[in-house]
Formats: sequence, C-alpha cells, structure tokens
Amino acid sequence: MTDITKEAMVPPRSFLSQDAIQVFYRLLAALLICAVLAVLSDSFLSLGNILNVLRQASLTFFIASGLTLVVLTAGLDLSVGANVALSACIAGTVIHKTGSPALGILTGLACGGIVGLLNGIMVTALRIPSFIATYGMLWVLNGLTYWYMAGETLHGFPAGFRQIGSGYLFGLPIPVYLLLVFLGIGTLFAQRTIWGQEIYAIGANPVAARLSGIPVARRLLLVYAVSGTMAGLASIIFLSRLNSAEADIGESLTLPAIAAVLIGGTSLFGGVGTVFGTFIGALILTLVLNGMNLLSVSANWQPLVTGVIVILAVWLDMKTRRGTQ
Amino acid sequence: MREAAVISEPNPLQRIPGVAMVLVLLIALFSVIAPGFLSVANLSNVLVQSTILTMLALPMTLIIMTEGLDLSMGAVLTLTSLCVAIVSLATKSMLLGLGAGLLVGTAFGVANGWLVAILGIPPFVATLGTLGMAQGLSLIVSDGQSVVGIPHSVRDIYSATLLGVPVPIVMALVTYAAFHGLLYHTRFGTYIFALGGNREALRYAGRSPNRLLIAVYAIGGAMAGIAGLLMTARMNSGHPTAGLGLEFDAIAAVAVGGTSFERGNGWLLGTLLGVLSVGVLRNGLNLISLPSSVQVASVGVLVIVALFLDGLRSRA
Repeated sequence: MTDITKEAMVPPRSFLSQDAIQVFYRLLAALLICAVLAVLSDSFLSLGNILNVLRQASLTFFIASGLTLVVLTAGLDLSVGANVALSACIAGTVIHKTGSPALGILTGLACGGIVGLLNGIMVTALRIPSFIATYGMLWVLNGLTYWYMAGETLHGFPAGFRQIGSGYLFGLPIPVYLLLVFLGIGTLFAQRTIWGQEIYAIGANPVAARLSGIPVARRLLLVYAVSGTMAGLASIIFLSRLNSAEADIGESLTLPAIAAVLIGGTSLFGGVGTVFGTFIGALILTLVLNGMNLLSVSANWQPLVTGVIVILAVWLDMKTRRGTQ
Repeated sequence: MREAAVISEPNPLQRIPGVAMVLVLLIALFSVIAPGFLSVANLSNVLVQSTILTMLALPMTLIIMTEGLDLSMGAVLTLTSLCVAIVSLATKSMLLGLGAGLLVGTAFGVANGWLVAILGIPPFVATLGTLGMAQGLSLIVSDGQSVVGIPHSVRDIYSATLLGVPVPIVMALVTYAAFHGLLYHTRFGTYIFALGGNREALRYAGRSPNRLLIAVYAIGGAMAGIAGLLMTARMNSGHPTAGLGLEFDAIAAVAVGGTSFERGNGWLLGTLLGVLSVGVLRNGLNLISLPSSVQVASVGVLVIVALFLDGLRSRA
C-alpha cells in the first residue's frame, strides 16, 4: 500500500522539459557532424549540397514521423519501406492511366493509409505483436508489388507533378516546405492535443491507459493508419522526385527511417520521444550518409553504417535512461 | 528442473493437427491443381530445396523459444555463403571455406546474443541492426558482384548422394537429430525452455541466463554458416543478395509449426513440418507458374494466419 501512495505522490513527468534537453544534445551532435564535414570536405558547405541534405532528410522524415507515433506506443512498423514501394507503384499507374496527378496523389495516400489500417487491425483485433505483424506485412507488400509491376518500370510523369519532389520555391526545395508543415502538424498533434497525449500514455503504460478510459484500440488503429498514410505521402514525393517507379524502391528505406526515430531519442519501450527529435534524427543520419558520399566512401558501406547507428542509438537511449532512474 | 520442462513442453495432441493439417491440405491442393507435383523427382526436389531452410528454422525455433527473434539470419547466411565462396576459391579447399563461413556466422551469432543479453536491446531491433551490418559487409566483400569459379569440391556437396540419399538431406536429418537431442535430452535444452518460460527459475538454479542466451544466438549464427556452404554449393557461386529474406521463411516455418512467440514453448517436429509446408507452398505455386513474388506474399499470409491462430489458442 505504501508503495502505491508513494508512486501517486510523484509529480507527473513533464515531457517537454526533459525532451528539450535531449533534443538540444542531438542538435549539438548534428552541428558537430556539420563542423567535421566542413573541415573534411570543401563541397559540404556549398548551397547545392546543403539543399540536397535537407531534401534527402525530408524524405526520411516523412516516413519516420508517422513511425515515431507508432514507436511512442511501444510498437514498431517494419512495413513502411514496402508500403512506400507499393503506394508509389499504384499511384504511378493511376497517374499514367488517368493523367490526373491529383487522383494519383489521393490513391497513393489512400493505399498507404489502408495498409497502415490493416497493420493496426492485426495489432489490435488479432493481437499479433506489432513487429511480427508488420514484418509479415512487409513481405506480403513486397510480393504484391513485384507481382503487380512484373519487372516493369513506370516512367515519365507530368511536369507539374514532378515539381512536388524536385521543384523549388523561393530558392528552397518544395519537400523542405512540406517537411516544415508536417513537422508543425506532428508536433502540435503529439504535444498539444488530447489524442497525442493519449498516445504517450498508451506507450508509457497500456494497462493504466485502458483503465483510465482511453480507447486504446482506436488510438492504436489511428497511429498505424497515420504511419501508413505518411508512407503514402513519402511515396508521392519519391515518385515525383525520381520520375519513375520500380518495385524495389522501398527496400533501402525502412532501416534509415527506424534509425532516424531512434537517433531522435524516441524510446523503443514507448512513451518517450518527440516528432521534432525524429526530424533531428533524420538530419543526423542524412548528414552522416552525405558525408560518406562526399568523402567518396562506396555506397556499399551505407547499410553497415546504418545498422551500427541503429544499435548505438538504442544502446545510448537505454544507458541514459538507466542513468536517470 | 525436470518438472519445469515437462510443464512447458507443448501438448502434441493439441498441436499436431494444426501444422500437419496445413501440410496435408497444401499437398492435396497441389496434387490436384499442379501437374507433376506428385512425381518422385519433384517431391525429392522439394526435400532437397528445404534443407537450407531446415538449418535456419531449427535454431530460429530455439531463439523464438527464448522470446527472441533473429532477423539477421538471411543476411548472415548471405555473408557466410560469400565467405565460403571467397575462401574456397582462394585456397581451393572446401573445409577452409566451411571454416570461414562457420567463423563469421558464429561471430554474428555471438554479437546478436551479446546485444540482446548483455546490452538488453530488444531482439528484433538488435538483429535488424546486425541485418544491416551483414548486408553491408556482403556488399563490401563482394563489391556487389557474384563470386564465381568456386572449386568442384564445394559444388559437389549439393549434388552428391550418400547411400542413395542426397547429401543435403542427410545434413538436414543429422541437424534435426542433433537439435532434437539438444533440446529434449540435455540440461541445456531444459534451460532453453526455462529461458522463455521462467527466467527466475534459471537464476535460482544458479545458471546465468545471459550466457545461455548468447549460446542460443551463437548456435543460430553457426547454423547460418553451415547453411552458407549449402547455399554456395547450390548456386555454384556466391551472390551478395542470395539469402536475403530467408529469415522470413524460417520465421514462417516456426510460426506455422506451432512454436509460440510469447510463451517460451517450442516444438521442433512442428518446425520441420512448417519447413515442409513452406517448401510445398513455394514449389506448388512455382509449378502452376506463379512468380516468386506471389510465393513471398503467400508465405506472408501463412504467417499472419498462423499467428492469429496462435493468439486464439493462447486466449482459449
């Protein structure tokens, strides 16, 4: 009994203040990487390269932002990369068939959202652990995409549509504006809405969340659907940036997205983390990969480095939290 | 200790129907719709092709019994297959190639176990990280190219027979016997049941769960090394993407075979039947000319259905 009262006496932890410190450290790390790269490579600080880093980071961020919400609930979505590939291929087909980019964009978003919803149903209604359910989904989507494309490549989209991924507005790439918009929406949603706070609560303690009347299943469905829809959005940006769609475009996207979330300080065990942190995480990962590129390290090294970063990020997160407890 | 093992051993009567029914249904389905499925040549083909998967799925069963997962197995298999190819090409020796594959595979297994047991990183993320590392190393050592021209001594392993039985099948049977003995007839096996079901009991028995966990993952890595030899022999080359995704078939076989992801009990014979189910499904779809993409998607559906049924059973 005394234990329970003691726990009740502890004031609720403020998410913002502790997260602010964590984000500050990560900003410092990003600046440090920038400084090192500026010394090592002449072309790092060129405007072209910086805009390139931002554009690349925004692509990782779109996938990782939805994933952040999933990880906040102590879940994981391993199907995001495969979801991007399927959504891109289907959206590309719709644009080719109807000639209407708007219809294609809607289809891509809907496809991503439906896949996310299916993930949510597997996790909530069928009670399959999220990493296994979404891992199964990964292979189902991979199979569907390869079967649907049958080795073909969709190529050549309307010029207006291609502006979304490769165009500029006032000197900045358009994906960067989208990044700012979704960074704002994501942060507001997670920190300032009741639904957002309920997502934190579910991740921190699902039983307590259910007992305090939070509709856990419905919030989880929402979270997986948002993650899928953001993958759908990323598929549109990819489609318009690459001006082509192939079945294999999603294969190298999942690990970086998970890396961005984890570097950004979102805990795998749920309840801790911010969408802004994920943005910094995407930035750090992109800076590292960009730096390797500038220093002419072969692209073959990228999966190795990303894998090491994922493990380091989790380990650091666990170490710092063990330290504070 | 014996009692603990008896309690956590599954009730075969409850489980045999599930996976055996899946296998029988698949065989019945394809004997009707796929011409040539029931021929001796095709059936022995299914068995030989299932050998690599058997060598991954058996250790995966042990890993999943500890409430773990190894997503890196396919990528590690790819890397060990490349190591076998490169080393046997350089030294003209099959045994040195196998040694290299075993060494690299075991190193990755120990690393997985260390990340999971000592650092406490959730298995699916730790092995996702090592998946990236193994995949990256495969690309680096092969420079993205196939390794060709490997010695006959390696290639012959896949086609040779022993007393009329293909050598890969002999290897798979020996592996199964070894795993069966290890899990059901040694103390180590009993401890593995305890790792998933009752870790506290292990501590009271004075055993370090950490060392056991590392051993279980190391066995997985070592088996990926041996399977790497078979893979190289089968393809007569080393290829930087050869085994990617095979861990999924292994997980599918374990899930279909009735090993639970959450309750620390496992059933090796079920895994073997699960491997055959996956093998029959892929072979049958292949015979009716469905592309490998559809096979992958079907295996995915199979896993989700199996997990759903497992969830139902655990609630029942």
